[in-house]
Amino acid sequence: MGKLFSSLFRHPSGRIGLVIIGLYLLAAILGTLGLTPHDPLKLFAIDRLKAPSETYWFGTDLLGRDAFSRLMVGIRQSMLIAFASVAIATVAGTIIGLLSAWWGGIWDGIFMRVMDVLLAFPAILLALLIIAIVGPGTMTSVAAIAIVYTPIFARVVRGPALSLKQRDFVDAARTFGSSQGYVLTRHLLLNLVAPLAVQVTLALAWALLTEAGLSFLGLGTQPPTPSLGLMLAESRNLMTHAPWLMIFPAVTIMLGILGFNLTGDALRDILDPRTQRREA
Amino acid sequence: MSGLLSVRDLRVGFGQNPKANEVVKGVSFDLGPGETLGIVGESGSGKSVSALSINRLVDFGGGRITHGSIQLTRSDGTVLDVAKADEKTLLGIRGRDVGMIFQEPMTSLNPVHTVGAQIEEAFRLSKGLTGAQAHRATLDVLGRVRIPDAQSRLGYYPHQLSGGMRQRIMIAMALAASPRLLIADEPTTALDVTVQAQIMALLAELREETGMAMIFITHDIGLVAGIADRIMVMQNGFAVEQGETDGVLDNPQHEYTKHLLRAVPHFTSGKAVRDDGRRAEPQEPIVKVDNLVVRFPVGKAWFKPKGAIHAVDGVSFDLVPGETLAIVGESGCGKSTTARALLGLNSKTRGEIFTEAGRSVRPVQMVFQDPFASLNPRLNVEALLAEPALANGQRRDDALRERMTFLLDRVGLPQDALTRYPHQFSGGQRQRLCIARALMLNPDVVVLDEAVSALDVSVQAKVLELLVDLQAEFGLAYLFISHDMAVVERIAHRIAVMFAGQIVEMGEARAVLSDPQHSYTKRLIAAVPAIERRKQRFAVDMTQVPSLVRPPGFEPPPAQWREAGDDHRVRVEDTP
Repeated sequence: MGKLFSSLFRHPSGRIGLVIIGLYLLAAILGTLGLTPHDPLKLFAIDRLKAPSETYWFGTDLLGRDAFSRLMVGIRQSMLIAFASVAIATVAGTIIGLLSAWWGGIWDGIFMRVMDVLLAFPAILLALLIIAIVGPGTMTSVAAIAIVYTPIFARVVRGPALSLKQRDFVDAARTFGSSQGYVLTRHLLLNLVAPLAVQVTLALAWALLTEAGLSFLGLGTQPPTPSLGLMLAESRNLMTHAPWLMIFPAVTIMLGILGFNLTGDALRDILDPRTQRREA
Repeated sequence: MSGLLSVRDLRVGFGQNPKANEVVKGVSFDLGPGETLGIVGESGSGKSVSALSINRLVDFGGGRITHGSIQLTRSDGTVLDVAKADEKTLLGIRGRDVGMIFQEPMTSLNPVHTVGAQIEEAFRLSKGLTGAQAHRATLDVLGRVRIPDAQSRLGYYPHQLSGGMRQRIMIAMALAASPRLLIADEPTTALDVTVQAQIMALLAELREETGMAMIFITHDIGLVAGIADRIMVMQNGFAVEQGETDGVLDNPQHEYTKHLLRAVPHFTSGKAVRDDGRRAEPQEPIVKVDNLVVRFPVGKAWFKPKGAIHAVDGVSFDLVPGETLAIVGESGCGKSTTARALLGLNSKTRGEIFTEAGRSVRPVQMVFQDPFASLNPRLNVEALLAEPALANGQRRDDALRERMTFLLDRVGLPQDALTRYPHQFSGGQRQRLCIARALMLNPDVVVLDEAVSALDVSVQAKVLELLVDLQAEFGLAYLFISHDMAVVERIAHRIAVMFAGQIVEMGEARAVLSDPQHSYTKRLIAAVPAIERRKQRFAVDMTQVPSLVRPPGFEPPPAQWREAGDDHRVRVEDTP
């Protein structure tokens, strides 16, 4: 694991990605601990719509709240939802993909057709549908985004799992009488770590964007809790008067996605068996 | 020397710094018109790179000629230094002056064009023939490579032809340009031994007809013995020995040549069979297979009954403790399917497999062909070796560790191997690892499915020795699946010859190899290349393996057997 990080750091785009993710995590942790320059919920009534200054680094909004502090807490909110939903999607998708490859036949058909139906909807539309049924909120966002990205993981796992299942070492395990659980975890799953790791980083980027989109539409995080999408939505009418209110959250979302994407690309390069073999 | 080709001090390197990373380190040889040179060496010896330098195809693999000259006399009499020629000149050389055939005929042919179109293209590019002329020339060249029914074969796609047929198409394409030199890079390695014999006979005849020179690259010194005028032996990028074929084979000078000739199993028609462990008195078999049938359904019509591939059709044999039964046959004959059915990896359609309760819960274990594919690359040796034991309820304790280190030591691997991963071992070491793993459960029977086929020849000999030692030490019975008669001769006590899903001949190894009775066994044994038989000439034989796809409800007639001696049975053939 340490070796992976050091080779990620040696990769040019991996280094940029890691630095961005590191900064975001730092901001999220500080935001959680309350170590923000100002209270993100406090209304400084006399300092409404102030441009960025020494006191208010990223300016203040219509109600006089400090944009930088709100951004830190917003990053925490977005990261929390992104990580939680991708974690659920990874576990669920991996299990579905593995089992449908392993059992094959009718189970493969049922599982994968359900996944196809989910994939047929655009991600944001499906999330909207789920929220429309259950009602908005943080937990609903997590669930909705998890459901949206589960089929992608199921597909990413099923393909290679099907080919691993045909490999000689799986046949060999059958001749020893190894249990199904052992074969599934040690022989299949262990060999899927590389594609999964790449997929997880890329899914984190999408989840971040989806969360921002949902909040922007007012279906994700509910006010007064700050969130990146919500801040964008609030700034929409003030675009000409206070452009900083739009620019900073937008750049934050963009950089976050860039960070995850760069890391994902670097991981793909590093974990590629062709480049790996050259190292070995 | 007024030769066709003269290579002087050729050095070829790869990578960013080709001079520092040389694969061919100063090779010189000459080739006269109509001569055949055999280049022999193990993988990584630089034999292919040397040959690919002659038409500079090596450039496309990332290689650079760093030193030396390659003087090629062209058909118009001018001499060209290929090592310094530009790409445009080389385009005129390739095909027209230097033709080439490759190892894997499936990947060298374009799968989306018919073979006829591909041969016509060769004629168009080299001789400018088009339309009816090209068509006629194509039919003519297909006749020359002895493809029957050429007119209808023109419309076939590569996947519709067998491996031997595809290699003939490749040869036809090379011949289209009437090259003065043909480079054959392991042209028969991917083929079955009887098909190999057909291709070798064809190449020999074509050489007589056209008078072209040939460079024949192979790892099998027995194979070039029959075709080469001169032999060059390569090791680690150096040509360690070259000379007239008879001289090199009968009186080798260099240590490595001697090693190759000694270490490599050569087929000797039953003179080298083992003397130990012959069936003295009737023993209780440990494995008994009775009338095994394995079929795979084919076709997906909904309301039509399905046909089936009769992969194994009525196979019966038994195996007594401490004995090696070799099942030999060519690809698709059902030998691997039989082995896999024995371990329950294929479900059987009919028949019985009896296994005596042996020393452990799983008395039958298996070693697979490809040591790279049969070890999980993400697990270390300790986890790999422990898996069979843990799967059968043993605990990860000192006794288990002791057994692991004992077996590692026994198969000749270092003790520190336990913490290493499969990619840190060579092919031969990995196969030793697989053998150790198969022995973890202390089995009575080990199924070896082409277990030494993927290894380099000299490694192969050492692993065979190890297998013989282990057999004596642990009292193992082997079911040895192989296509290689020379290897089988060294390890088998008894041999079963399989053809088209059925055993056609079975008996004591010496009897089967020295006195084959069934026509297929005779053909198989005649096809094995051997240094001793290098003066023999074989006629081109066009026999094809019958299709195993049968209509629904088809049952083969029951087998009739005749005794050909003590412990030697032969299937009675239908007289056509």
